[in-house]
Amino acid sequence: MKELSLNILDITQNSLAANAKNVEIVIDENEKTLRVTIKDDGRGMDEETLKRVSDPFYTTRTTRKVGLGIPFFKLAAEQTGGSLTIQSTTESADPINHGTLICALFYKDSIDFTPVGDIVSTLCTLIQSLGNVNLVYIHTFPGGSISLDTSVLKKTLGEIPLSEPEVIMWINEYLNEQYDNNV
Amino acid sequence: MKSLEELAKIRERMLSKIALREGENDIRIVVGMATCGIAAGARPVLNTLVEEVALQGVADRATVSQTGCIGICQFEPVVEVFENGKEKVTYVKMTPEMAKRVVAEHIKGGKPVVEYTIGNAKI
Repeated sequence: MKELSLNILDITQNSLAANAKNVEIVIDENEKTLRVTIKDDGRGMDEETLKRVSDPFYTTRTTRKVGLGIPFFKLAAEQTGGSLTIQSTTESADPINHGTLICALFYKDSIDFTPVGDIVSTLCTLIQSLGNVNLVYIHTFPGGSISLDTSVLKKTLGEIPLSEPEVIMWINEYLNEQYDNNV
Repeated sequence: MKSLEELAKIRERMLSKIALREGENDIRIVVGMATCGIAAGARPVLNTLVEEVALQGVADRATVSQTGCIGICQFEPVVEVFENGKEKVTYVKMTPEMAKRVVAEHIKGGKPVVEYTIGNAKI
């Protein structure tokens, strides 16, 4: 993947596929490191599955025998000297607090650090396919932070779905404006 | 500065339109957004389709949605157009520029862009 934001898009779709109701994407940046955390309250994975998700020859897709989402993300982190960890609790193990937490750590000074890229596009793409799922996005960096909570937008929109093209275009401009004002 | 009031205005505007739209959404534009699609450049294609559908005024007839791996990863980004009573059209190796043309000529104009389709594209 050319940008970390593409990995983030790919990985967050797993949360949607796992029937999450709430998804949180946090990017926490300081001078030296960048940490991406993706948290959901979906059905979770058991230990056996967890062991296999970093294996390119494990996948839940039915059209092919390879699954490269998590392996790509893990590689992107490890090639900077960082790491990727996954914690997960299945619905049957804990009917209330189940879900998955993926945390990837990157060292920004590494020559192999992939830039975050167009995160606003990733968010717009995700929001377009959210349905009833809530998404919280928080990006903190030295000197500022950006955040978005789709439940707040939904309150304003009422019965108009977030996926309406005009709404997506507004979110796109809104986020880009926040980034422009913070840089 | 963008504000939530502005979003509330969009809501007001959309309300009347959406009431009229019920049942008339007969074109579905579907973009493959699995790992293969994303890596090949599906994200800007999807976002261009969403924008162009609004800008070219066809949101009352067409919806844009996302799907997983379609199974022809080597042809990604793949866009499929489903229309009631017509055969599915599959566009391959799409770019944002191609997406604009598909909205203008196919969705708005009713004529598929044959040279971008899976049987005719130069791959």
